[in-house]
Amino acid sequence: MTNEDPAPTGTPMVDIRGLNKWYGEFQVLKDIDLRVEKGQRIVICGPSGSGKSTLIRCINRLETYQQGRIVVDGIELSENLRNLEQVRREVGMVFQHFNLFSHLTVLENCTLAPIWVRRQSRAQAERTALDYLERVRIPEQADKYPGQLSGGQQQRVAIARSLCMNPRILLFDEPTSALDPEMIKEVLDVMIELAEEGMTMLCVTHEMGFARTVADRVIFMDAGCIVESAEPDTFFSNPRHARTREFLGQILG
Amino acid sequence: MSTKPGYLSTNTPSFHFYLAPLAWIRTNLFSGPVDSLLTLLALYLLWIGIPPFIQWAIMDADWVGNSRDQCIGGGACWVFVRVRLDQFLYGAYPTDQQWRVNLGLLLFVLLLVPIMLRQVPYKGVLAAFLIVVYPVIAYALFYGGWLGLPVVETHQWGGLMLTLILAVVGIVLSLPFGTLLALGRRSDLPVIRAACVTYIELWRGVPLITVLFMASVMLPLFFPEGFNPDKLLRAMIGIVLFQSAYMAEVVRGGLQAIPKGQYEAAKALGLGYWQTMGLVILPQALKLVIPGIVNTFIALFKDTTLVLIIGLFDLLGKVQQAFNDPEWLGYSTEGYLFAGFIFWAFCFSMSRYSQALERSLHTGHKH
Ligand SMILES: Nc1ncnc2c1ncn2[C@@H]1O[C@H](COP(=O)(O)OP(=O)(O)OP(=O)(O)O)[C@@H](O)[C@H]1O
Ligand SMILES: [Mg+2]
Repeated sequence: MTNEDPAPTGTPMVDIRGLNKWYGEFQVLKDIDLRVEKGQRIVICGPSGSGKSTLIRCINRLETYQQGRIVVDGIELSENLRNLEQVRREVGMVFQHFNLFSHLTVLENCTLAPIWVRRQSRAQAERTALDYLERVRIPEQADKYPGQLSGGQQQRVAIARSLCMNPRILLFDEPTSALDPEMIKEVLDVMIELAEEGMTMLCVTHEMGFARTVADRVIFMDAGCIVESAEPDTFFSNPRHARTREFLGQILG
Repeated sequence: MSTKPGYLSTNTPSFHFYLAPLAWIRTNLFSGPVDSLLTLLALYLLWIGIPPFIQWAIMDADWVGNSRDQCIGGGACWVFVRVRLDQFLYGAYPTDQQWRVNLGLLLFVLLLVPIMLRQVPYKGVLAAFLIVVYPVIAYALFYGGWLGLPVVETHQWGGLMLTLILAVVGIVLSLPFGTLLALGRRSDLPVIRAACVTYIELWRGVPLITVLFMASVMLPLFFPEGFNPDKLLRAMIGIVLFQSAYMAEVVRGGLQAIPKGQYEAAKALGLGYWQTMGLVILPQALKLVIPGIVNTFIALFKDTTLVLIIGLFDLLGKVQQAFNDPEWLGYSTEGYLFAGFIFWAFCFSMSRYSQALERSLHTGHKH
């Protein structure tokens, strides 16, 4: 383990201690400790099957775990359903395959949760949604259905949908890996803007350019462990572990 | 690779519209030797089948009159249907009270039409009214005993009226019950899951006739002394319990087709279980299985004829009863054709409506 984490400043946004998770006999996550401060941007990378998705999905409890604690913005994740829904409200998530609701228009996708979970009025929710659709540069698609949009547009809608809940943390699970190359940039640009505005972000991605530009810290995972955790400069120019070097060698070609 | 439910129900518009009629005939009917042969064979079969039928059913048929003596044309004797029409439609419901049934039907249609059209506001309110309030009104109207309306016992209800009552009750209740059972079967709670699986497998494994028979003969044995629910009510309960099990499996098929990502996205947004199901999963799952749902509705509609076994006379029952009338012996063909046509007209309308619904719910796709 590395101990290059910055000194704690106030309560962390996400605090993971001694997290262990098994699928049957197979241990997916091994003794994960991770602390994310408010406004920090973390990029997580690592080979396929190393447990990256599992880790970030534990943060909003899309996955359960057997050992350890996770505290999100001061709320401890527990079996308590009330806590769970409270945490999910504060944590937005963007998926590799967008997961937009195909029976609803873009606008309805964005207003569904604010209306039903945050109990906003329809008018207010629509105003907010149009704002965010403008920010991700697709206000003109508001009345279309997801099936009528390109992958890049769908992913930007998915980001807008998360933002409409006004989350304190955004989790991204390989948001660009299902996209054609020419659409990756439009999504990354939106993510970079968000980072610049100070959103706390945990991002699983292999877009190393993105990691270099916006990450405060890059984490390398392998076989369920956090192998290396460093600032991007150090991470790319001077990785400490052989496995990290090997991985970077492969991915940067 | 994600499966988008919307993509499954693609209706490819026919591009043949753009071809001239002759070219159309060529490409569609005579595009090869086998094709041509089949086309000619089909034409031949139509040629030997249709004209005699039209001759019998229309040209030579007798339409007016009030006894079999008027049937002299050698064709179909529609006089039989005409004379008996009252019974076919209303059973033994007193003729001077039949306006009550018509009024109930009119009210039903007035409520249903706005729900079926797409761009109508307050659909939810209308649907709730139709499901909760309307049955009470309809029952009060048909049964009577208030406001000076004479009582018409349910054993006098019959014919098409009874068919429609049984079908509508079955359709309206089996969908929500079936949906709940399907959700229960996929529940994380083992007790609920086991209960739903048991229910579904039990009811699906038994023929409807048995269910109706049990509802009529066995059920009263379990009720306390003196409490003897109406035969019609027992038949309704039997039909709903039975059809819910079928509906549950249809809906479960739809639930299984919804990708996991939809549940995850809903959860990640903070939606609770019922919100996730009601707002995200079910609208997509039910849309996917509209053909299966309507198929079940159609089967249900026709299965209502089985109430004959417990002594209720629906449309078909009334028609068959009329064959035994010594006055009208030998006109069963006309009777069956009439009953068959009515059943077909209702089932075909349901089918057409469901196709229109599927098209209007289709939310587009790229390609
Ligand atoms: N439901 C499950 N049951 C059993 N094993 C699972 C399950 N989900 C994931 N795994 C295993 O857990 C490991 C970690 O999976 P995870 O999806 O977190 O990897 P990842 O790092 O995100 O990989 P990728 O880059 O391919 O997305 C994999 O070996 C996977 O096979
Ligand atoms: Mg993954």
